[in-house]
Order: sequence, then structure tokens, then C-alpha cells
Amino acid sequence: MSEASGPRTLRIEGAFRLAGGRSLEGVDVAYETFGTLSPNGDNAVLVCHALSGDAHVATGPGLDGATCPGWWDSLVGPGLAIDTARYFVVCANVLGGCSGTTGPGSIDPETGNRWGLRFPLVTIEDMVDVEARLLDALGIERLLAVVGGSMGGMQALAWARRYPERTDAVIAAATTSRLGAQAIAFNEVGRSAIIADPRFAGGDYAPDAQPADGLAIARMVGHITYLSQDGMREKFGRRLRDREDHAFDFVSEFEVESYLAYQGRRFVERFDADTYLYMTKAMDYFDWQPPAGTDMPRFLVTSFTSDWLFPTAQAREIVRALLSRGAELTFAEIDSPYGHDAFLLETEQQGALIGAFLERILADRNRCAERRVS
Amino acid sequence: MTAAEALRADLRLLADFVPPGARVLDLGCGDGALLAFLRDERGCAVRGIEISPQGVLGCVRRGIPVIQANLDEGLRDIPDDSFDVVVLSQTLQEVRHLRPLIAETARVGRRAIISYPNFGLLSARIRLGIFGRMPVSDALPYQWYDTPNVHYTTIRDFRLLAQQAGLEIEREVALRLRGDAVARVHLLPNLRAELAVTMLRRPNE
Repeated sequence: MSEASGPRTLRIEGAFRLAGGRSLEGVDVAYETFGTLSPNGDNAVLVCHALSGDAHVATGPGLDGATCPGWWDSLVGPGLAIDTARYFVVCANVLGGCSGTTGPGSIDPETGNRWGLRFPLVTIEDMVDVEARLLDALGIERLLAVVGGSMGGMQALAWARRYPERTDAVIAAATTSRLGAQAIAFNEVGRSAIIADPRFAGGDYAPDAQPADGLAIARMVGHITYLSQDGMREKFGRRLRDREDHAFDFVSEFEVESYLAYQGRRFVERFDADTYLYMTKAMDYFDWQPPAGTDMPRFLVTSFTSDWLFPTAQAREIVRALLSRGAELTFAEIDSPYGHDAFLLETEQQGALIGAFLERILADRNRCAERRVS
Repeated sequence: MTAAEALRADLRLLADFVPPGARVLDLGCGDGALLAFLRDERGCAVRGIEISPQGVLGCVRRGIPVIQANLDEGLRDIPDDSFDVVVLSQTLQEVRHLRPLIAETARVGRRAIISYPNFGLLSARIRLGIFGRMPVSDALPYQWYDTPNVHYTTIRDFRLLAQQAGLEIEREVALRLRGDAVARVHLLPNLRAELAVTMLRRPNE
């Protein structure tokens, strides 16, 4: 059995307190599950998505019921590293998101209007708190592992700090314990492009008339940071698109230009500009310390050689912090030309590592369970 | 086959140097075979450092916590005094900056157990001294032009290095390789042993 649940929504009732001091009256969480939860609820893996992701981590029914591919199809599915035939995989759209979970595009119950920028700022820790409440509702006391890349990796790290007793393992790929000035700077360029778009209107745009130009530019900037110099040279070089010579005009003519423009256009169709502001701010605020106690999950931390957004040096800061706390930790730097995006694209080595690591976590949990019984 | 039998003979001997229950760091741990043995059979708390992706994956499969790193960049992520034993099992001949690594080893661990091929072997001396050819043996099986080894040492030279690094030799065993087995060499080790295993400690340990 490896059934995909399709899109579902959980309503968390009551006041939900946020790290910034404000509260939300009720939170909707859009989530999907893949595979079957074991009778004693001990095979659950939580996957956390990155900036632009959603709950649809693997192939399964989408909103219209038709089967569509997931954003981590190379790693999550039957027989894959995160094997949905063995593990019960849960993935939720993050708090502040725009794919079903409460966010700035939701309706403020007090005013009956779209929240816009009146929505409280959320942190990575707030996202993790929502995920914990979702697991409560699903009857999952303790996870086998929480897994994520980039902003998803930050959530995985935050899980270790906030709920160390609720997961056996943490798998954090292509991530950082805190953004450096350069990464914050790129986020700020993206935000500035959105805010400068006349249609932004202080965040109070109509859902069908969002600041598409600003959001597209933000995505273009972001996309550059997800690729590597070598990757771009190989993929585009200086090639022109559909022409032999320079146009001597400001039309899109280099292949890299039309590629970025395409990425921007496509992004605008599925993403919300306000959410982009909230997500990037949550990442900027993230400043992680390792768990304080001795009862800590086991860690798998990975980086990718050509990732200059969250480079290996930053992953090693996580490693150093964890080693100083005596954590059981594996770190691997995976050779890849794909830049930051490698965590989505590198299947072979990353898949082998994550698959073997999870298998070991499951085996050790079963061994412990046997010991308790005997 | 038991875990002990599955372990390479020189590693088994090296494992005998490690006190049960020790905190062990293996530098250049490969696929974690030695560490898995020490964890499962000796109750040690183990960690490895390995540069090759295949080795790292092997460790993950065995459930050995491993950090992928180049030893030539030092052990900067490892806190002082965090291990009882640091193992360098036939690793040092492949490390470029050996002196700094020995110092780092003494910083993070109370004791170091180091095994290395002995270049002072009689057959090596004959091959170089009489025939004028670079030595090739079971312990040093590479041709000079495609060897991963950047340092060659003899047992005597290694003792000097330990001395210069301010470390004491606590134990030393010289070995001959006989197929899959090893035999101890007591007489003229620097001439007759293919491999040596040395345990070093800081002077005040």
C-alpha cells in the first residue's frame, strides 16, 4: 500500500501563539500523506518544503483529483529513498504559505478581508509548531525522521531544537543555521522588486491582480542564486535564442534571459507575492542553536559542492555546533554541478545516503522496540 | 563469519589496542568496518572521518556517524579532548600535511593508534639498494607513478616523528602479513615487518 491522500486540510482551532508575540485565531493546514501509517504509528516521516514548495511532495492526486507529479518525485515514492511503501510520509504547506495553509492571502476573520501585510510575521519555529499540531491530529507521537532541504532543512533543524523528543532523526539538506549577509541581500532584492511594483498596493492587491512583475523579478533573482556558475555556463553559455545575431534592441535574446523570464512567468501563476515576502523574512530571521539537552535526534546533514547560496562552509557550522553538543551526526558533501537546486535534482548519491540513513533509523527503532518487549 | 573474523587481520590487531567502551574517532575510516566492530563488540562510542563518498555511504549503511572531510584541512570541527582514542589506520601515508594532523590528533584525543606500512623492510631495501628499483610489496603495492601515498616512513623514522611531536610511544607492534593473517615480528622489526601499529599518548596522560 502506498496510497496518496490527495489534498487535505486540518483546522487547528483556538488561539495559535506566534514567536513574534501575536496570535492567530484558528489555523488551516493544507497537507498530504503518502503511504500507510503503521498500527502503532511508528513509521512516519515528515517532509518540509522549501520557499516555493507545497504539500504535494510526491506523485498523487492534485486539487482537481487528477494525478500529478510531486516536487520531490526523485526521492519520495514507492521503492525510492523515502519509500512510501514502508514509511508514512506527511508533507504540509507551511504557515504563511499560499497553497492552502493560513497565510497573508487568507481571510482575516476580524475584518472579513484578505490579510495582506496585516498578517503577523511568522518564523521557521512557528511553521514547525503548526506541523507538530498536525502530527498530533494524525496520531503521530514520534517521527522516524523529519526531512527537508533549504528552508525545509531549516524546519528540520528547528524540529531538533523545539521537539527533540518527537523525532528519531533529522535530515537537513542544502541548508544553513543562519543566513549570511549575502543571502539576506538577495532576499531583500526580491522583496524590493515586489514592493516597488505599482500593483503591490501595500500588499492589498486583489488575488487576481497581484504584483506579477515584481514577483517575477524576485523569482528571477532567486533562481540565479539556485544555480551555479558552471551550471549556467553549461546550460546557456552565451547562446542566443531563435536568432543568429544580436538584435541591438532590448528584447530577450540570450537563452538565459528567456529562461529566467519563463521561470518568472510560471512562478507568478502559482505563487503569491505577499507569501514571498513572509517566507523570505522567516528565513532571514532564522538563527539556530543546537538542542540544549542530551536526548537528541540523530542527524544527517548534507551540502552540495556548487551551492553558493548555502555553501558547505555554512553546513560545517551546523556540524561544528552539533559536535560541540556531542550529537550523533553524519555529514556528507555531495559533488554536484547544480548549485543550490541540487537538493531537488541530485538523486543518486543523495538518494542512497538518505535511503540508507532512514533504513538504519527504522532498524534501530525496531531493535529498541524488541528489547523493550523481551 | 563473526564480526571479528570479517575484520581485516591488521584491523583486528589494532582493535585490541582500544579499551572497551572508549570514545573512538577513526580518521580515514573507509566504510566503517573497524568502527562497527568496536561499537558492536567492544561497546565503544564511535565516529569516523572519511573523504570518499563510497566510504561515507558504507558508514551510513552500518549506522556509523561519519563526517565527510579532507584530513589535510585539519580537525577544526572537532572539540578538544573529545575522544579517548584517535585511530589512523594506514591513513597517514596518504595525508599531505602530516605534522599538523598528528598535532590535531593529540588535541582531540588522549591517545592515538596509528598503523602504517614500513618502508624499512629488507625486501624494499634490496629492491632499492641493489636493484635500484622503487619498492613494491604487499603492504606497499603501488607503482611509484600511481600511488596514493605521499609519505613513506620506516619504523625508526616514525618513532622520531612521534618524539618530535612531543608524544610518547605507549605500545608498538610490528607485523608481517601472511595472506589474510598477520604475524608479530619481535626480532629486527624495522627490517622484517611490513606493517607497524603504534599507540601514542601525550606525555602527561
